[in-house]
Amino acid sequence: MTLADLTPYLVLVIVGFLPNEVWRFLGLVLARGLDEDSQIVVWARAVATAILAGVIAKLILFSSGALANIPLSVRVGAAVCGFIAFLVVKRSVFAGVIVGEAVLLLGGYFFAQ
Amino acid sequence: MSTLPAPDASAAGAFLAGAKSAWTSVFVYVLFGTYIGIGALAHDFGFSVWWLTISTVVVWAAPAQVILISLLGTGSSLVEIAIAVSLSGIRLFPMAVALLPLMRTPQTPQWHLALPAHFTAISMWVESLRLLPQMPIGQRVAFCNGLSFGFMSSAITAGFLGFYLAAGLPMLLAAALLFLTPMSFLISVARNSRAMIERLAFGLGLVVAPVLALAQVGLDLMWTGILGGTLAYAVHRLREALR
Repeated sequence: MTLADLTPYLVLVIVGFLPNEVWRFLGLVLARGLDEDSQIVVWARAVATAILAGVIAKLILFSSGALANIPLSVRVGAAVCGFIAFLVVKRSVFAGVIVGEAVLLLGGYFFAQ
Repeated sequence: MSTLPAPDASAAGAFLAGAKSAWTSVFVYVLFGTYIGIGALAHDFGFSVWWLTISTVVVWAAPAQVILISLLGTGSSLVEIAIAVSLSGIRLFPMAVALLPLMRTPQTPQWHLALPAHFTAISMWVESLRLLPQMPIGQRVAFCNGLSFGFMSSAITAGFLGFYLAAGLPMLLAAALLFLTPMSFLISVARNSRAMIERLAFGLGLVVAPVLALAQVGLDLMWTGILGGTLAYAVHRLREALR
């Protein structure tokens, strides 16, 4: 193996691993001495939940790649139908995902651009 | 259908129970779909399948990997890529802060938490927050490592599959695969949000992020977390005070 073969892996560590891992490391260091009911942990959980919700909303509303070919109304409709199925069918994640996917496939089949 | 370790299970038993829980979790399908997509992406941009596999092990965050692969593939500057990856990883910080105290006793050495910290990612975080409180605290680190091992091995397998399938799925199927991630996260995060503060944070995040993105506010996800999370926390404190 030559140095040139190793370059992609070096790049992976420097611009992929380290800038991402620093947040986990900070979390590890700062979570020391906190217990799960402390106020900062309650707040951190709320912040993480809001960020997750934000990621989800952006993936649905501002889709990229192949999903961008499915009209916005179909994507939102599928998410809403999936969520309703989850609530109706005993809070089952599987039921929700299957209904959401089915609506997306059907809507995409008839309305894809 | 998650498998909890027996109350007297050893560390190995808890690890195995964790791995089993991973393979019966809805997230295994999500990861599979997501990493088939990432495998195809890596193939399209000319990375080797081993590079992809190592990136899954060391980065272990699908959004960061998508950014890394597509920006490296299109020749962005390394500084720019590092910044974009780091911004996408900010969410890992509050996740680790919320998760790690769940599995630490006063006797737990800090290095025992190094692996769970590295494994912190959306799928593992959501399942750990749901399952860990149901088992003795001494089993939680091993269970969490087993759970993450199960998730990571399915992601690696799917990466291989996607890499070699890259020849091209029909558009509609590719779209359905991409939709798997937001759909399942939407529902499983909602299922996990039992307390009022979490439901409020979840609802606020769904609304605030698109508004900030449309207004083209920089670092929109970070602000979504800080605004939505802090507002939910404030309402929670207010309700506690009024009780």
